[in-house]
Amino acid sequence: MNLLKRIRRGHTSDTIFAFVALLFGLSIVVIMGGIIFQLWLQSSVARSEFGWSFLWSAAYRPGENEYGALTFIYGTLVTAFLAILLAGPVGVGIAAYLVEIAPDRVNRILGFVVELLAAIPSIVYGLWGFFVLAPFLRDYVVPVIQASPLGWLPIFGGTFFGPTVFTASIVLAVMILPTVAAVSRDVIRAVPQDQREGMLALGATRWEMFRQAVLPYAGSGVLGAIILGLGRAAGETMAVTFIIGNSPRLFDSLFDQGATLASIIAGQFPEAGGILLSVLIELGLVLFIITILINISARLIVSLISRSPRGGIRA
Amino acid sequence: MDSDNITREKELARGRSDEQEPRRLRTAQGSTANRASETRTEPAVTVENLDMYYGSFKALQDVNMLIGRNRVTALIGPSGCGKSTFIRSINRMHEIVPKARVEGKVLLDGEDVYASDVDPVRVRRKVGMVFQKPNPFPTMSIYDNVVAGIKLGGNHKKSELDEVVERTLRQAALWDEVKDKLKQGGTSLSGGQQQRLCIARTLAIEPEVILMDEPASALDPVSTQKIEDAMEDLKKKYTVVIVTHNMQQAARISDYTGFFFIENMGDPGRLWEFDETSKMFSNPNRKETEDYVTGRFG
Repeated sequence: MNLLKRIRRGHTSDTIFAFVALLFGLSIVVIMGGIIFQLWLQSSVARSEFGWSFLWSAAYRPGENEYGALTFIYGTLVTAFLAILLAGPVGVGIAAYLVEIAPDRVNRILGFVVELLAAIPSIVYGLWGFFVLAPFLRDYVVPVIQASPLGWLPIFGGTFFGPTVFTASIVLAVMILPTVAAVSRDVIRAVPQDQREGMLALGATRWEMFRQAVLPYAGSGVLGAIILGLGRAAGETMAVTFIIGNSPRLFDSLFDQGATLASIIAGQFPEAGGILLSVLIELGLVLFIITILINISARLIVSLISRSPRGGIRA
Repeated sequence: MDSDNITREKELARGRSDEQEPRRLRTAQGSTANRASETRTEPAVTVENLDMYYGSFKALQDVNMLIGRNRVTALIGPSGCGKSTFIRSINRMHEIVPKARVEGKVLLDGEDVYASDVDPVRVRRKVGMVFQKPNPFPTMSIYDNVVAGIKLGGNHKKSELDEVVERTLRQAALWDEVKDKLKQGGTSLSGGQQQRLCIARTLAIEPEVILMDEPASALDPVSTQKIEDAMEDLKKKYTVVIVTHNMQQAARISDYTGFFFIENMGDPGRLWEFDETSKMFSNPNRKETEDYVTGRFG
């Protein structure tokens, strides 16, 4: 009981402080454990009914009592990755501009706007996606993509109506953009100035300096920012529920409708009862585990990168 | 070297240290009528009437200096009197600080580095810089650190790069210590080795002038010694300007010494006196110089 011993030592006020701080710290663990326990408990009906095959069954027919999570896992992963594919480069680009190029005043204003973007409620993004973005994509973007040399690809096939996987991914990209940009900005700003000077003094242009010195140095942090964005995209609910169509299917085309774990829970929950309720809670458990896995892999990647003998493989 | 050249060199080196002399300086062109025959003594860098500002704050005033080719020029003076600022103005490194600006001329081979058509990137390839704190690139191997600058200029053959790595690491007196671990990270080295790696990295781009901003101030005496030894060789091929707070170091390694000084708080820094190192340390013209080099203040 090293911990208790350490707490007992010293002044009374320190003891109280240490105890209270410990309590708060433990509360996180308790809350976390409580959530997992409840999800586990309340999904027991569904789990005993469908077993492990729940995870890879694509069927979802409430009328016939057939339930599977695959279509939702698929929808969650596809939208999240597509969103990060769009938001990643843009977010890092914004961060690079803010740190390396923007003059002080622009920096402050743009930084504020980026943070404002994070403060917009999820449902507002949903409304915007439904009423503004979807018609815009339908009229101007999708025809261009389908007429382009890449238009024959199955992922761009079919008729675009409005609420689609594509629309949802773009809205998600906008929603996670502030996360990616703000975290990347902080890690890029943390790159020591002497790294920049070192590269510039070798006759590098600003772009070369950023590419060769700043980005590699900030690499693991930027990757962390991207994975953090991925996690947020996977868990985002309201906006996606609004614009993805909430249709459980293994879509081929991004212009088709789909559903994510979060969107189906939000969409079905109000009318759910009996086994469906238990199924939805199990879907929640799956989502919880997926986001945990994303975060763990983020930490693993970051620690692997920073531990490996840096640059040892090259040249 | 014949005696005529030596006299000439002294003249060049002295610049305008004399108070009474009007604040004017022979330009590179004016002072060397027959430049072709005197390439050895033609100044590598000529600084004329240089003022430097950070926003509205004037950091340097009216600096004039002729920096001799293939010579080591040491810059000494109390902290905050503009030595680092000054050398940064030679390769335009000050430009990364917002609102920093320069008035006056810095001629590199007779060409003003501040002329509107001159690209700072080109200037920095001719004027390399070693910083106070060793700053190897941590994501690159030792090998890649050395060739980082060359690779900016385009692709090179592996054999060519190998040759450059060995040559520059030898020049920086680091080769024997790292030749078996070139693939390891640059930050796996000790501080002194890192600094020599940074010197090798600078040599690899084959600059004409190497600026060193207190390169040994963060290092132990043994590492300092190694760097000083390396500099002895360097000046055969390069023009070296070194900022140092270490009087003995300035006296040991330099041919010329410039003393920067601020008379009153808030004033801009000035080049108080500039002369051959032996003169500066034995019999300087100005009292402040003498006080400083003998350790009476600063």
